[in-house]
Amino acid sequence: MEPKRPLEFYREPLPGVDPSELHGKLIAIEGPDSVGRSTQIARVRGWLEQRGHAVLDTGMARSALAGKGIQKAKEGNTFGPVTMTLFYATDFADRLENEIIPALRAGFVVLTDRYIFSLIARAIARGEDRRWIENVAGFALVPHVIYYMRAEVKDLVSRVVLGRGAFDFWESGMDLRFGPDMYDSFVRYQTRLIRALDGMSRKHNFVTIDASRPPDRIFRDLQQNITKLFQVRKVRRPVKRTLISPGFQG
Amino acid sequence: MPLFARNRYRGKLIVVEGIDGSGKSTQLSLLSQWLRSEGVAVAFSEWNSSPLVRETTKRGKKKEMFTPTTFSLIHATDFADRMERYLVPMLKAGAVVCADRYAYTAFARDVVRGVSRRWVRNLYRFAIRPHLAFYFRVPLEVALGRILGGRDAIKYYEAGMDLGLSRNVVESFRLFQGRILEEYETMVAEVGFHVIDATGSIEDQQRQMREIVMQEIGDSLRSTVLHVEEGAPNGAQTAA
Repeated sequence: MEPKRPLEFYREPLPGVDPSELHGKLIAIEGPDSVGRSTQIARVRGWLEQRGHAVLDTGMARSALAGKGIQKAKEGNTFGPVTMTLFYATDFADRLENEIIPALRAGFVVLTDRYIFSLIARAIARGEDRRWIENVAGFALVPHVIYYMRAEVKDLVSRVVLGRGAFDFWESGMDLRFGPDMYDSFVRYQTRLIRALDGMSRKHNFVTIDASRPPDRIFRDLQQNITKLFQVRKVRRPVKRTLISPGFQG
Repeated sequence: MPLFARNRYRGKLIVVEGIDGSGKSTQLSLLSQWLRSEGVAVAFSEWNSSPLVRETTKRGKKKEMFTPTTFSLIHATDFADRMERYLVPMLKAGAVVCADRYAYTAFARDVVRGVSRRWVRNLYRFAIRPHLAFYFRVPLEVALGRILGGRDAIKYYEAGMDLGLSRNVVESFRLFQGRILEEYETMVAEVGFHVIDATGSIEDQQRQMREIVMQEIGDSLRSTVLHVEEGAPNGAQTAA
């Protein structure tokens, strides 16, 4: 893991943003549908807050600008694949500029449930051009770390069946009908998504977490890894020991 | 890298571009009436008109929530929706699609707002390449004179107030349109516009347009595109 410092943009700097002002930490959690991301994020958040870090958590389709519009579009039956990709990109940009960046400026830890990689994977799974979507999403900040919660499709299927008890239309890629029914379509679509995420793993330094294990084990891995992120990496001069109690000063 | 996707369909795509007050909409309307009178099936699409995105755009404008990037992306989403749901099916069906503004509008406006030329050109790479793109060239003062006379108050984003060019709406509009005009002018050679002198008479401009249309796609208009049967209605499709 090599946290980049200061944060930088993938391709295109956002107008009006100076990355050197961003003092917080940006942590992205990626992974396919039903892999257990939100459970882990809730736990990581509680743990980080306990340690005294201010945390913002954010996720897809939660933007003030486009969240509602996306929900509404998903209820209809004319949401085309390119339109969907761009609507989600709008949602992401709004959250990046109006939530994530201000929080990073204020020194927060930002936990993001999915980042641009899910957006890219979905576009690729739907047959869109990889370079096109990578360039579109090029205004994103490179996170300090990207955790990839990886599982096989069979794990996801059992979670859907035992958990929610029903396949979701969009998680099954039913807009493009990858199979004759929800199950087949889910399996094929999620297989494509996993393949697309796997394909980005090395290039973008994903830290892969085996998400087929019990939640406690996954959480422990995340804790260990995130702890490293907060260790000061620069070589310190030996500090003269002074008696200052931990707490607020000046 | 090519700017747009190749049109592999039977239909033809004609677009008009230019700053507000250049008279492009009037000319496109005359052109589509003429095509219809020739028995050609015509479909029409306007910038920023997708019902799917309308609420979001409205909210963003009302609450002044947009940044250059989100402004650009929401218009691209709107465009994609019209492309997937309307333009492509119409072109497949063989219609002549007339578009009032196209991706070039984003290339001009969004760049003036501060997004990079390269990024916004990539953003619209999924768009179908037009067969004909007319650019209505007009001096700024002429266009402003046409607009500022008889119309409602200019709105916040329309005037480019988000750029902070001036606190005065009319002055901001003037500066904003001036910069957009410059962007259009730099695009002329890049994208191969057919330039129409929009200071000429309406009749003259229309004559030029029709000549260019016949020269460039006259054969397809006679043969390959969809025609309306004798006596059948040929109304304007103004969806999306």
